[in-house]
Amino acid sequence: MTQEFLITILATAITAGTPILYAALGELLAERCGILNLGVEGMMLVGAVTGFVFAVRSNDPWVGVLAAMLGGGALALVHAFLTVTLQANQVVSGLALTLFGTGLSGFIGKPYIGIPVENAFKPVTLGFLSDIPVLGPVFFHHDPLVYVTYILVPVLWFFIYYTRPGLHLRAVGENPAAADSLGVSVYRVRYLYVTLGGMLAGVGGAYLSLAYAPTWLENMTAGRGWIAVALVIFAIWNPLRAMLGSYIFGGIDALGFRAQAMGVMIPSFFLKMLPYIFTILVLIMVTRKAMANRVGAPGALGLPYDREER
Amino acid sequence: MTADFLVEMKQITKRFPGVLANDRVDLQVKRGEILALLGENGSGKSTLMSILSGLYRPDAGEIYVEGRKVTFKSPREAIDAGIGMVHQHFKQVDTFSVAENIILGSKEAKFLLKAGKVEKEIEELSRGYGLQVDPTAKIWQLSIAERQRVEIVKMLYRGSKLLILDEPTAVLTPQEARELFQVIRQMTARGQSIILITHKLNEVMEVADRVTVLRSGVAVATRERQQVNQRELARLMMGQDIIVPSKKNPGQFGQEVLKLESATADSDSRRPGLKDISLTVRQGEILGIAGIAGNGRRELAEVIAGLRPLSKGKILIGGKDVTNLSPLEIIEEGVSYIPEDRLGSGLVPNLGAVDNLILKEYRRPGLGRGPFINRRKAGEFAARLIQDVGVKVTGLEVPVKKLSGGNLQRLLLARELASSPKVIVAVYPVRGLDIAASEAVHKMLLEQRSKGAAIVLISEDLEELLKLSDHIGVLYKGRLMGILPVEEAEPEKIGLMMLGAQPGEVMAS
Amino acid sequence: MIRLERRSAPSPAGMVLIPLTAIFLALLTGAVFLYINGLGSPKGISWGQVLAVYTGMLDGAFGSGYGLSETIVKAIPLMLCGLGVSIAFRMQLWNIGAEGQFYMGAFAAAWVALSFPDLPACVMLPAMVLTGMLCGGLWGLIPAVPRAYLGVNETITTLMLNYVAILWVNYLVFGPWKDPQGMNFPLSKPFTPAAVLPTLGNSRVHLGLAFALVLAVALWIALRQSRWGYEVTVIGESPRAARYAGMNITKNILLVMFFSGAIAGLAGMAEVSAIAQRMQQGLSPGYGYTAIIVAWLAKLNPFAILLVSFLLGALQVGGYSVQSSGVPAAIVFMIQGALLFFVLGGEFFNRYKIVCTGKTKMEV
Repeated sequence: MTQEFLITILATAITAGTPILYAALGELLAERCGILNLGVEGMMLVGAVTGFVFAVRSNDPWVGVLAAMLGGGALALVHAFLTVTLQANQVVSGLALTLFGTGLSGFIGKPYIGIPVENAFKPVTLGFLSDIPVLGPVFFHHDPLVYVTYILVPVLWFFIYYTRPGLHLRAVGENPAAADSLGVSVYRVRYLYVTLGGMLAGVGGAYLSLAYAPTWLENMTAGRGWIAVALVIFAIWNPLRAMLGSYIFGGIDALGFRAQAMGVMIPSFFLKMLPYIFTILVLIMVTRKAMANRVGAPGALGLPYDREER
Repeated sequence: MTADFLVEMKQITKRFPGVLANDRVDLQVKRGEILALLGENGSGKSTLMSILSGLYRPDAGEIYVEGRKVTFKSPREAIDAGIGMVHQHFKQVDTFSVAENIILGSKEAKFLLKAGKVEKEIEELSRGYGLQVDPTAKIWQLSIAERQRVEIVKMLYRGSKLLILDEPTAVLTPQEARELFQVIRQMTARGQSIILITHKLNEVMEVADRVTVLRSGVAVATRERQQVNQRELARLMMGQDIIVPSKKNPGQFGQEVLKLESATADSDSRRPGLKDISLTVRQGEILGIAGIAGNGRRELAEVIAGLRPLSKGKILIGGKDVTNLSPLEIIEEGVSYIPEDRLGSGLVPNLGAVDNLILKEYRRPGLGRGPFINRRKAGEFAARLIQDVGVKVTGLEVPVKKLSGGNLQRLLLARELASSPKVIVAVYPVRGLDIAASEAVHKMLLEQRSKGAAIVLISEDLEELLKLSDHIGVLYKGRLMGILPVEEAEPEKIGLMMLGAQPGEVMAS
Repeated sequence: MIRLERRSAPSPAGMVLIPLTAIFLALLTGAVFLYINGLGSPKGISWGQVLAVYTGMLDGAFGSGYGLSETIVKAIPLMLCGLGVSIAFRMQLWNIGAEGQFYMGAFAAAWVALSFPDLPACVMLPAMVLTGMLCGGLWGLIPAVPRAYLGVNETITTLMLNYVAILWVNYLVFGPWKDPQGMNFPLSKPFTPAAVLPTLGNSRVHLGLAFALVLAVALWIALRQSRWGYEVTVIGESPRAARYAGMNITKNILLVMFFSGAIAGLAGMAEVSAIAQRMQQGLSPGYGYTAIIVAWLAKLNPFAILLVSFLLGALQVGGYSVQSSGVPAAIVFMIQGALLFFVLGGEFFNRYKIVCTGKTKMEV
């Protein structure tokens, strides 16, 4: 029982962590170019609802994912316009995005509450990989969107640290004036990655409504977008660490879920509090560590850039 | 269009809100020459060069490069046309390596970063010009002079034909400055053109071939170096003869006021903080502190002001141990602090003159009762200070960020000196000010000296230190290399100490 | 050719025009979404019907004495929460935990009301006010401590605590506090009349309105005329200058977050006492979040917060009143979010003006 239980927990940790991972990767890209986007929750919700609506109508979950990317990306574009072009306060704009996204998703999703999606994402096995003892059932009995992250995370990591566009991305986030003086278009880079970030958040939302709990519920993200924002700090803006962090959160989520099934006598309300409390504790711990090591956020995170600022 | 000129700027005009920064300026640069662009702070030199390097766009006027008319929409386009600028504040990403900074935005690199190949290219290029840089080092590990070399190499790597240097010697020791001038002379021998932005007359005489003088945004004259002297340049630059600098009376030192005993502190960055600093300053004495940026100047100021804790050692004021007291307690001990960044920490940019002037006074009973501030009294208090120092403000509630640098500094000094401080810490008090404003600030400091304040003056300008100080101490890597009486402090000697030499060694050499 | 030019000062006309334009554009955005959404429905939709939704909302919020009083009822918690978050915002503390602080205030007040049902009103109500404020304040203090001492980002921690507070209240009303006669609904037992705040005549407008008015005046005086208000302003504008001037930033962070939470807690107390008159699930339809918009739209000015709360309260009542005709209530949040977008975007035009320059020739 113990080994089986462990495998179930770990496998569930991955599925529960995947929506957070998508959103965290998106936020990581945005923050790497210097734009803080606190609208992740709103973008995820819009992704979840557009993904669901289009998957139901087209009967193809991939159409749903595409729609979710467009939905999340469109919202992020609004944030980019406000913060990059109009130099608005990034915190407040992000909050507006979350509120707007919450409202919009509730509005669009109203007629879809309780409707089942026929063709949701289902686990597929990957030949011999899935047959490896322990690792197979933990990592390779999942739906395709999980497998996408297995490729996406290392690719992003390599992209950020070892390619020219990655260098430009980091430079814009660290010191936009320096990047600009060498002909890297700060505006273009910021628009690009903020929008890409929104698309990824949208996919994270769609994962919830099309794979994790294939249904649409109002506010179904339940704070996962905010956890993703916290995770980026935990990850020190590194995709590999974001993956690890997402699975830890997924594990906690899963543990709460499973503990009930196992008949643990703690009321479910308290188990549901765990991820939120854990987020706070993790933030406190990483902040202390970041202070000790003096490694931290991209240098220009949260600051608008204006070339003619005097 | 004469193709004799590498670059020609015609009738350039640039307006900022409330300021006409450049007014129909003409400027020409020949191939292989060093052109000095001379002018006071605020005369529009940097604006003009920011236009030439594509950072700003002119409101009117035209630019020609090798006879062809160009319009730069970004620095990239200027760089592509062969014009590179080394700004006063280096445009570098601290966490990147030298090589990464140099290839940033360059067309050479394709999708993948090939570090090894680029590093070799950079090494060869820099050796050719006698500019030593280690391409693998991270920027934050470098000294200021090394960072400046990186900026120059960066522009050369992009095939710059015209290199614009914005006040390059401001951050260097006399020795480093001389080395830099040698390098740029070598560069002109290889066909490079240089524009040297400066406000120092002796630099023009030392290194330039020609000089263009800017005053209040207008190009007032262009001369061959051989045909001018310093006096004429000064008159062109200021529109009047040199202001006679305020003379310092011989010092009359009283009791010891400020004493540091083996003060040791950390810095914010990965640089060394302060190590084992011991010094004393007496009533009526100005102790000047020299040192290159990043060697502990700022940390020393903050330690005395109580803004940075000591990890070891002691600070005494008037014999009282004030080590690691709160900033408020230090203020109450009579310490005034004129910080490096006026708008960043000395003043609150978005608040008006009243709110800024009561910043250290609002707790005192004179301005209100109980938990309340009496706004009328605060207004009167502010008006009085403003009148005393002659700050020009449009209104008492207008955000102070709208004031000019000189007025800002007067406002700050008015507040800091109002309480007749026992100790004054002044960091770069005239940075960015024109000559008249600088002179006013110096006069105020000397007045405080005659009133018996103990003053620590931290500056990057050796001339200023030599003019005002009674003693000069030199910081290097967080250590005090020695304190010399000003009579013995020759610029050369101080310069060597700023690079790490002990006073004894300097004597011997 | 069109260029942007920095203004040296915001134009006075802009100060009035920008919010008005923002409101108009936010409503327009709502209308466009209503229309698009209607297109998908089997019955189709016309712009006339969209307009009818808005007139319906207007009528619901202002059309009757009842509507108007309900608008005020919704405005009261918005005013209080808005005042609460505005103090934190003034110091650049992004307290978005008003929702949780509201719930914890309501919880503490309900605990007093349910545990000591025999208290007379003159003791009961002050006790509920005090415990509600204390509990809301402490809930605000939890994220303030790591923020003040370690620099931990308060945006995320305050938000996380909202979920914790709501789960806590849900646990109570689904568990230990559940009313045995409540037909299994997530409700506590009703309060005794002594624990209910007095109301104005027959309406549901309650004493909370007076709390909000008094607080607004007190805050205005404190911020303008007191040493503490001056410190908060300076810290908010420039923490470095504040430290330089010897102000105690740590202490002020704790103090401000406590007050901010306490005022939101008071809002929760007023709501649970006067409106719900028992503890229940979903006590707040997101007052704590709307309060963020209120505070920002009002530019943190206490009196403007009262006015903006009234307008957004009307939006909420209007939203409810058209729900019966099939318009999702979520449209209210959507319009609010859009409103914040447009106001934020509009601020740009306070700083810049658009200049058309005809004569500039472009050459490449």
